[in-house]
Amino acid sequence: MSRITPSLRRLLPMVLGCLALLVAGPTGAPTGLRAGVSDAGPDATLTLILRDIDNNKLDVALDRTNALLKAYPNFRLGWLIQGDLLLARARPLTTFGNVPEGGDRLRDLRLEAIARLKGYRNRPADTQVPRYLLQMEADQKYAVVVDTQRSRLYIYRNENGRPVFVADYYASQGKAGSNKMREGDNKTPLGVYHVTGFIPREKIGDFYGAGAFPINYPNEWDKREGKTGYGIWLHGVPSDTYARPPLASEGCVVISNQDFRAISGYMQAGRTPFIISDGVEWLSLDDWKSERTSLNATIEQWRKDWESRDTARYLSHYSKEFKSGNQDFAAWSKQKQQVNAGKDFIEVDLRAMSMFRNPGKDMVVVAFEQDYRSNNLSNVARKRQYWVREGSAWKIIYEGVAS
Amino acid sequence: MTSRRYKPVAACLPALFVVISVALSASPVAAAPEDVQNLIKQGQFTQALDRADRDLVANPKDRKTRFLKGVALTELNRLDEAAQVFLKLTEEAPELPEPYNNLAVIYAQQKQYDKAKAALEMAIRTHPSYSIAHENLGDLYTKMARQAYDRALQLDAANPSTQAKLGLIREIISVGTKPGAPAAATPPAAAVQPARPPVVAAAPTPAAPPAPTPAAPAPAAKPVPVPPPPPAAAPAPATRPIATPAPAPAEKPAVATADAEDDARKMVQSWADAWSRKDVKDYLAFYARDFAVPGKTSRADWEKERRTRIDKPGTIKVGLSNLRIKVDGDRATAQFRQAYSAPGLNANSNKTLELVRRNGRWQIQQERVN
Repeated sequence: MSRITPSLRRLLPMVLGCLALLVAGPTGAPTGLRAGVSDAGPDATLTLILRDIDNNKLDVALDRTNALLKAYPNFRLGWLIQGDLLLARARPLTTFGNVPEGGDRLRDLRLEAIARLKGYRNRPADTQVPRYLLQMEADQKYAVVVDTQRSRLYIYRNENGRPVFVADYYASQGKAGSNKMREGDNKTPLGVYHVTGFIPREKIGDFYGAGAFPINYPNEWDKREGKTGYGIWLHGVPSDTYARPPLASEGCVVISNQDFRAISGYMQAGRTPFIISDGVEWLSLDDWKSERTSLNATIEQWRKDWESRDTARYLSHYSKEFKSGNQDFAAWSKQKQQVNAGKDFIEVDLRAMSMFRNPGKDMVVVAFEQDYRSNNLSNVARKRQYWVREGSAWKIIYEGVAS
Repeated sequence: MTSRRYKPVAACLPALFVVISVALSASPVAAAPEDVQNLIKQGQFTQALDRADRDLVANPKDRKTRFLKGVALTELNRLDEAAQVFLKLTEEAPELPEPYNNLAVIYAQQKQYDKAKAALEMAIRTHPSYSIAHENLGDLYTKMARQAYDRALQLDAANPSTQAKLGLIREIISVGTKPGAPAAATPPAAAVQPARPPVVAAAPTPAAPPAPTPAAPAPAAKPVPVPPPPPAAAPAPATRPIATPAPAPAEKPAVATADAEDDARKMVQSWADAWSRKDVKDYLAFYARDFAVPGKTSRADWEKERRTRIDKPGTIKVGLSNLRIKVDGDRATAQFRQAYSAPGLNANSNKTLELVRRNGRWQIQQERVN
């Protein structure tokens, strides 16, 4: 190969090197690498392969690719890279995925390569937490955060209320991207959701792979906003492939079957938060704590004001835009005034409280078990509230029984 | 490449790569294998096989005849038997590249690409410049790449064109040639690299050869198959005895190569001059973007270090002698003796620069002290 190889070696690095540059983070290196903690599937090896190519070690890259394909035989992107590395030994390459008739599938694999490398290289640091996971209740063992911009799904464990990074995975979303508005728009919704159940693979067929976890889209806020559609799931992939392109589904979040099985054990129907963002905001632990403390104080004030039976003070926590079912703020105020008039005492205890910030809009979804006691009525109910920021204050814009 | 160097064999017209040893037509003719060779050449493979078998009764060890038998068997699509013949030859005479090559051809037809690759690599190991093996290996990589792409894109791999058909060698011409021995002194690279041999689908009728016959005028103008006394160390472009004398690139590449060599020579001299002038900016500009920075430092650190060194007070003088340039397409190697003098340091060293030509400009990709 002394004659053929050297001159050809130049081109592939340039082609793939461009790809590497394209996806390099500001530092060019993974920021949040934690050895042994995360299983990022083939992405770690993929990153090494690209680095080898960048360093002109094509033989090493090819060996690595072969090993990768042994572990993930249906990893189409791996085959594409193997094709390039082999072809580079025969003739100069002009592009990544140097196959003329690739069409859409080739485009999709290129996008997948970029998404994987980007997601893997820009992983969050140990000291950062997603802003959304303000407070998990004790029964919520894990939380899912999806970043549609990075095509990435992150798993966090609840460690005494503090979210601790567990793993992250490449994830596909709707063909038309994110921010679902209506049925059939092929988009993935953005917001605070939770897993509502599990559908085993036998019931849905091979297309959904290892199974499905539906989520509660549209939630109360989505409905209020007039959003439509249904059947948004987290599910696996068909058995003939390892992954699907970044933009692939009709709105579902899709991960590889292997990854699906890896996280299945973390999912609790009706409990596990599932938050989808188009660009996760990461906070330092200090900032995260202060947001959490101030919100807790606000909610505690609302509880106390309710117990005080001073209806005006209690209602000061509600937005003028408040709506719950058919009740708007005026109807809600009237009802509360009437109810409070008949009370000698009110005691409210809030338990098992969770608080999740909504991606984008300044809004927090709060859920708790409400233990209400008064002279003429007592009950325990699971409630959900949506708090929004109005000026410098947090106000309740929705309140209802959690389904 | 005199006719003595290559044992007599007839020109042949393979179905795919036209493999013609220009020296052959003038060769004296040895009796028995030549007859088999002729029958193969005429496409009479069954007769060739019969004849070879008969000859082998009298002379069972004759490698040339056995080789031709393997060729006939391959042509008759009796691949397993052919593979046996070639395999045996590789065991007995591992120094011959041809049996390895043909073994690879058979493996590739059977889609055993990894085995084909290994066999070709052996062929190349025995003869680093064995061009058809290089070409076959290139083709093989293309096929393997194709296979990978098909899996990547879920394309239908049943496409018949995806079957690997590599160039079968129909004659042993390396016998008696020491691997790596001869090399052309005149810039052979460009002249010897006349694109790839054309792929010819024509039937192998001897009457209408689809490619230049050995008698074609082209070879006369070419330095190709006649290696003059050579620097023995440069085996690469040398033993390309079966390079197709493609008519076109005979003259021009040689000229282009001469120009390229001249340019490279000038570049190396300018590099030494910039260094002597202590013109760091000019000096660094001679290094390619992908220059192999020595040691484990980054390009930036290396540049910084060079700058500091060169910027030191006092004059620097860099003299070059015995500058030799070897061009191979867009790559070249420059070797010379470097006399470096700076305050407190005089050093003579033998240096090698690996050059690469980009946008018509030669640049340094690697710098080694020998």
